[in-house]
Amino acid sequence: MSDFDPLRWKPAPFLPEADARDGSLIFVVATLCFLACLTALAVLATDRAARGWSDQLSGQATVIVRAKGAETPDSAAARAAEALSGLPGVGEVRALEKEKAEALIAPWLGDIADLDDLPVPRLVAVDLDPKAPATPQSLEKALKAQGLDAVVDDHSIWLKDIQRAAGFARWVGLAVFALIAAAAGAVVAFATRAGLTARHEVVEVLHLAGAENDFIARLFQMRFARMAALAGLFGAGGAAIMGAILRLMGGGQGLTPVLPIVWTDLLAVLPCPVAAGLVAAVAARLTAQALIAKMT
Amino acid sequence: MPRQPHDEGALDADGAVLAFDDVSMRYGRAPETLKDLNFSLAPGSFHFLTGASGAGKSSLLKLIYLAAKPSKGLMHLFGQDVSAVPVKEQPMLRRRIGVVFQEFRLLDHMSAFDNVALPLRIAGRKPDSYRQDVAELLAWVGLRSRMHAMPATLAGGEKQRLAIARAVVNRPDILLADEPTGNVDHEMGLRILRLFVELNRLGTTVLIATHDQDLVARSGKPVLHLEEGRLTQLGPVGGAG
Repeated sequence: MSDFDPLRWKPAPFLPEADARDGSLIFVVATLCFLACLTALAVLATDRAARGWSDQLSGQATVIVRAKGAETPDSAAARAAEALSGLPGVGEVRALEKEKAEALIAPWLGDIADLDDLPVPRLVAVDLDPKAPATPQSLEKALKAQGLDAVVDDHSIWLKDIQRAAGFARWVGLAVFALIAAAAGAVVAFATRAGLTARHEVVEVLHLAGAENDFIARLFQMRFARMAALAGLFGAGGAAIMGAILRLMGGGQGLTPVLPIVWTDLLAVLPCPVAAGLVAAVAARLTAQALIAKMT
Repeated sequence: MPRQPHDEGALDADGAVLAFDDVSMRYGRAPETLKDLNFSLAPGSFHFLTGASGAGKSSLLKLIYLAAKPSKGLMHLFGQDVSAVPVKEQPMLRRRIGVVFQEFRLLDHMSAFDNVALPLRIAGRKPDSYRQDVAELLAWVGLRSRMHAMPATLAGGEKQRLAIARAVVNRPDILLADEPTGNVDHEMGLRILRLFVELNRLGTTVLIATHDQDLVARSGKPVLHLEEGRLTQLGPVGGAG
């Protein structure tokens, strides 16, 4: 006699639970999720770095002063600094010493022993009020009023380049992210196809027993969505650990000032398991529906 | 009841569970596997479908359980023109048909009990509403002590009885069997035949494809005989269905 008690029976899953291919699929999707999360972290850090440089550049202006007539360059620079001090939208103003000005142009002129014979302009560094910065025109007007031969550089050329580079980095990051998501979808579609082919008989039996195509497709959808979500969890976890290591190695600025990571960036990996599950669910459902329609 | 092929005007879909009207079928661009079939099955009838290998027996069953479509002609199932039934509604028709295969087609990852309960779960029934029915059905086919067994551990005859239990668990109107005794010994074949006869007595229309002439002769049930895709012999061999 059987000791089987129908009252204690619990229905078995419609699809076999384990498959030899599951491990490989989880590994591949986890790796893709890891790369996607690293890309997201890199985009965030790049964006932050670009914003930092932009803030730095837009908060300053440099005045290039050339001495006129018998006036010494030091005197012209001091007069320029004095003319700009106290203007609305201007913070601290510093006339750079001759040595500093020469050090700045040294990369272009090479190692020349004596620059005294050259009319090297003097530089005045102007910190602008970040809330209501003075315009280059207002600075030039004040300098002209003092009869100074001076040019105001508000760093707008560099600023545009940095913003363009940051925008480009963002788009590249998004493109890589989309590519990885598409690759994950393709892998899941491939795995669904293989899974359906391997379970052709199960599909056929379910179909003969009166299961709707949607019902069968949903079984595969749920299965692969669960698997991808698990893989997403592994991938996101790995990327978060990597991000944390980079943050710890670099102190307050992340690994380098060029790629500053902050702790809150690590939150960016949180949606990964859900996103992986959704991508897998859509890929598995579409593949399964098309295949089941062909098979039955 | 079976009709003679091309017996014009004799088709009466009213009241028949199944009616073929000049039905042909082909796979892709291959020559026709079934040609101009005309017959109908009355509710509660019992027929054998005979013919040599490749005569089209399995293809005919596939048409009936909606795994294939006619390339020509009209097929009525339970009074409905199958070609007019939307794909979404076909599963409901399929639930009224039980199918038993020579190779059993049991799900290896499920126990005997789970395999039998499968059609009821798919139909959306709650487990508490069928636990007892499934257990009784398994007892009826002689598998009371094997309810928890996995298919791989069952003998051929046990597997076939399990497949029969699964095919009839939701009380189908038609029971189709494709060489159901092909993988069991003669004695088990007769035992399985008795199960089909009992189901037929309960009102199920039965159509069994077989090349086991001895089984056909012993049963005395009417025969549909296929030869190269055409019905060539219709009528009782040794008695009425």
